[in-house]
Amino acid sequence: MTSDTVDIRYVAKLARLALTDDEIEVFGRQLGDLLGHVNALADLDTASVPATAQVVESRNVLRDDALRPCLDHEIVMAGAPQRQGAFFRVPRIISE
Amino acid sequence: MTDESLIGKSAAEIAQTVRERGASAVEVTEATLARVDAVEGVVGSYLTVLSDVARSQAAKVDERVRNGERLPLAGVPIAVKDNMCLEGTRTTCGSKILEDWIAPYTATAVARMLEAGAVPIGKANCDEFAMGSSCENSALGVTRNPYDPARVPGGSSGGSAAAVAAYEAAIGLGSDTGGSIREPGAFCNLVGFKPTYGRVSRYGLIAFASSLDQIGPLTRSVEDAAIAYDAMGGYDPMDATSIDRPLEATATGLLDDLKGMRIGVVREFDTKALGADLDARYRLAYADLERLGAELVDVSLPTADYGVATYYLIAPAECSSNLARFDGVRYGLRVEGDDVRVMYDKTRAAGFGPEVKRRILIGTHALSSGYYDAYYVRAQKARTLIARDFDRAFERCDLIASPAASCPAFEFGSKSDPYSMYLMDYYTIPMALAGLPALSVPCGWSTPEGAKAPMPIGLQLAAPLFAEKLLLGAAHAYERATRHALARKPALEGARA
Repeated sequence: MTSDTVDIRYVAKLARLALTDDEIEVFGRQLGDLLGHVNALADLDTASVPATAQVVESRNVLRDDALRPCLDHEIVMAGAPQRQGAFFRVPRIISE
Repeated sequence: MTDESLIGKSAAEIAQTVRERGASAVEVTEATLARVDAVEGVVGSYLTVLSDVARSQAAKVDERVRNGERLPLAGVPIAVKDNMCLEGTRTTCGSKILEDWIAPYTATAVARMLEAGAVPIGKANCDEFAMGSSCENSALGVTRNPYDPARVPGGSSGGSAAAVAAYEAAIGLGSDTGGSIREPGAFCNLVGFKPTYGRVSRYGLIAFASSLDQIGPLTRSVEDAAIAYDAMGGYDPMDATSIDRPLEATATGLLDDLKGMRIGVVREFDTKALGADLDARYRLAYADLERLGAELVDVSLPTADYGVATYYLIAPAECSSNLARFDGVRYGLRVEGDDVRVMYDKTRAAGFGPEVKRRILIGTHALSSGYYDAYYVRAQKARTLIARDFDRAFERCDLIASPAASCPAFEFGSKSDPYSMYLMDYYTIPMALAGLPALSVPCGWSTPEGAKAPMPIGLQLAAPLFAEKLLLGAAHAYERATRHALARKPALEGARA
């Protein structure tokens, strides 16, 4: 399979997680350990085996494109950390 | 009728009593809230006690009973795991990131329980985002095992399990991704039942690993589990993975013996590895199945040993994707930053605990470019092999019996290495990966080293997809003949602490 070293800073960046130096050290070691265990899967002959994403029957679920009742706007917005009128407020994304 | 005799009843008995007007739902609710008040200081099952919601629902139930409605769960107090939404109440997932979040709608499974007459006593503690096997990963509270407060209740549905074991509810709603209903069931002397994947709607269950998550009941009897399942199961258009086929009532099909049934004992699950005492108890459990008329069949699950490795790629991969939604924008915690990227990074760093971070990192790595085929796809192929193992085994038997966990409830802090905690779900993960219905039923008592008293252990029974009726029926026959759960009471007399 793959080597047991993980570029933990890179993975944390992909995961949008700020990590402390201590966490980088601890999680890096623990992930290396875990990957050492999961590498056992390399023993299985899976060359001609299909992948399973869902075990039970799955089918496309469609419905008519019609208006239905939905959650009240105010109730949903009440959970927002910051809002401005009808919008979620976030720090500036596009610079001037 | 005294408070004590009300809360000591099974869910089936409570519902019958309320239907026949022997006691009102309000009386049952008040008795249960008094019990919560008396024991919560020691047990800590609930993150939020819903006294007002419970009283108001109980009054509605009493009115419906007076109007002649025949409610299967009339007045039955329930504990709802805090990863399930109940409109207008705090729903935290045991996480700081959702510590103050109020659910804007109600999960289908919860709504169906309430429609059937159940009364929600509180939102129960759990490992953060249901990731854990001891409840120790909750960021918001400690839950103790009612049979020994020095020990964990199991997890991740540990609060729901402890609440039912301590008579703070008659039914606990839990969710099982790799064993999170069955293991706490075993640790707390309960029946913990995970139905077939897709049988109970996941709408309103905050997602951990969507291809595995399944809601089910924790109860003090098999009959109660069946009644709860019959009430909450069935197709729901709000969950695209919900199974659209008729639900067979299970509570009316409980068996008294196992005549004509073939029960598989898994060759690879050698109970000798669990030590002499547990080995003897599981052998006795298998012999009891035989005594009840079952034929024991030797079956093989050659890939089951790879279950934990498979699970710890698939579940973290799905969790890393599902938990991406917690970014400080639309709900939950936000930690401010100069730009949006810093805000995301800091919010998630402050909001998630160590186990959640670990799993997000594992999953992100397993899904990242260059590793996807080696980890995620390979795990999905291993999942196919595990499901095929069960298909082959079920050609030779009707049910499979095994331990539910490799040990009784352990002491707080005794599994500090993440992988040793992951191994707690060794026996329950393969069934989860294959989507099978499975349950844990009390099968005796064993005294772990250093324990003051014997702790409960569980027998796991698993069935083919959709064979819930057979599974619950057989578990009932075993429970009725052995009555292990009744041997001891929780260690809470005079509790208030």
